[in-house]
Amino acid sequence: MGRFHRHDDGHEDSTAHSHSHEHEHEHEHEHEHEHEHPALDAHLGDHSGYQTGRERIEILEDIYAENDRLAAANRAALDAAGVHAVNLMSSPGSGKTTLLARTLAALAGTVRVGVIEGDIETPLDAERLGGLGAQISLLNTGDGFGGECHLDAPMIAKALRGLDLGSLDLIIVENVGNLVCPAEFDVGEHRKAMVYAITEGEDKPLKYPVMFRSVSVVVVNKTDLAPYLDFDMDLFRRNLTAVNPQAEVVEVSARTGAGVDAWLAWLSGGLTTT
Amino acid sequence: MHEVSLCHQLAGAVTRATVGRHVETVHVTVGELRQVVPEALEHAWTFVVRGTALDGARLALHQVPAVVACDDCGHDARLGRQLGFDCTACGSARTHLTSGEEFVLTAVDVHDPPDAPEQHAPQQPAPEQEGTLDGALSPP
Repeated sequence: MGRFHRHDDGHEDSTAHSHSHEHEHEHEHEHEHEHEHPALDAHLGDHSGYQTGRERIEILEDIYAENDRLAAANRAALDAAGVHAVNLMSSPGSGKTTLLARTLAALAGTVRVGVIEGDIETPLDAERLGGLGAQISLLNTGDGFGGECHLDAPMIAKALRGLDLGSLDLIIVENVGNLVCPAEFDVGEHRKAMVYAITEGEDKPLKYPVMFRSVSVVVVNKTDLAPYLDFDMDLFRRNLTAVNPQAEVVEVSARTGAGVDAWLAWLSGGLTTT
Repeated sequence: MHEVSLCHQLAGAVTRATVGRHVETVHVTVGELRQVVPEALEHAWTFVVRGTALDGARLALHQVPAVVACDDCGHDARLGRQLGFDCTACGSARTHLTSGEEFVLTAVDVHDPPDAPEQHAPQQPAPEQEGTLDGALSPP
């Protein structure tokens, strides 16, 4: 993802940079890296309470690094098979599964689609998508009480083993309905997209900037409800632009099918022509 | 909401780096945009490490504000709620984050168990250490 100080220096071991030393050397480190880690330096400066036999081991390990390495491996496997992957995220009830069902129906016969279905306790979602010509790999993220809040790269690696990549053009990952956690985890997709329903309110991009910044397209769904709501599309677009100036907006009604062609065009834009 | 899985990752990294040592404090630098709830992370930590070698180790969170730098005028500003990512000085939309997305295990305070023999990691000359650390901080 390139969002962190990466440790890409050829070390396989994720603790490659851990090393320990006595305290008298720490000040040299602090001054060296003051510009990089102000918060870290502040606490390193506190040597009070140290006793003999105690020491500080500096590590600098990105906790997301393992996920990111697996995500890169997923992406490499997809690339090798010539499959394009889209990570589709949303809040619960945005109409993601309805949009997906319409998408599969529209692409059947032209684009070979695989779906990784990760929403919580979703045999229901999988049933809604069955019979539409797509391969479906179901991740049961629920264990009875809500379940996982997001999909991560190890889960996707497992789901990919349940799909025949050689016979696919496109994989759509239906992430867990949640505007927080899924934005944090690269799963190996090529592009991220989200479904947002106009029933959710115009301020959502400002409340969940990490999610709205992570995607390249926002599908604005349930536009058929506009006559019954006070939704201000211009305000929503201004809020979105404030956190993600590059994001495309596609207005659709997954229920009526209005605007879905533009979404299909965005999806197909990632496919290598065959 | 994924604090538990983050704590599992964290505990794994700490365990790998501190085999056989008694861990007192685990220092983690967390960026504001990581959407981690400090209380939830601390709570998750206590039950993730319970019954393991890290039981009783304290989690010290060092939060880093989200800072946006302007590509046009160079102005740095802390990201404010509800304000978006545009430059607060010149209004440009061409900005990038310089901090706020960290989630890094930075250091662990350890001591040897009282009854264990002296067992310090090999001492290295200071300049070499700094070289190693620099390598960790900057991408190649």
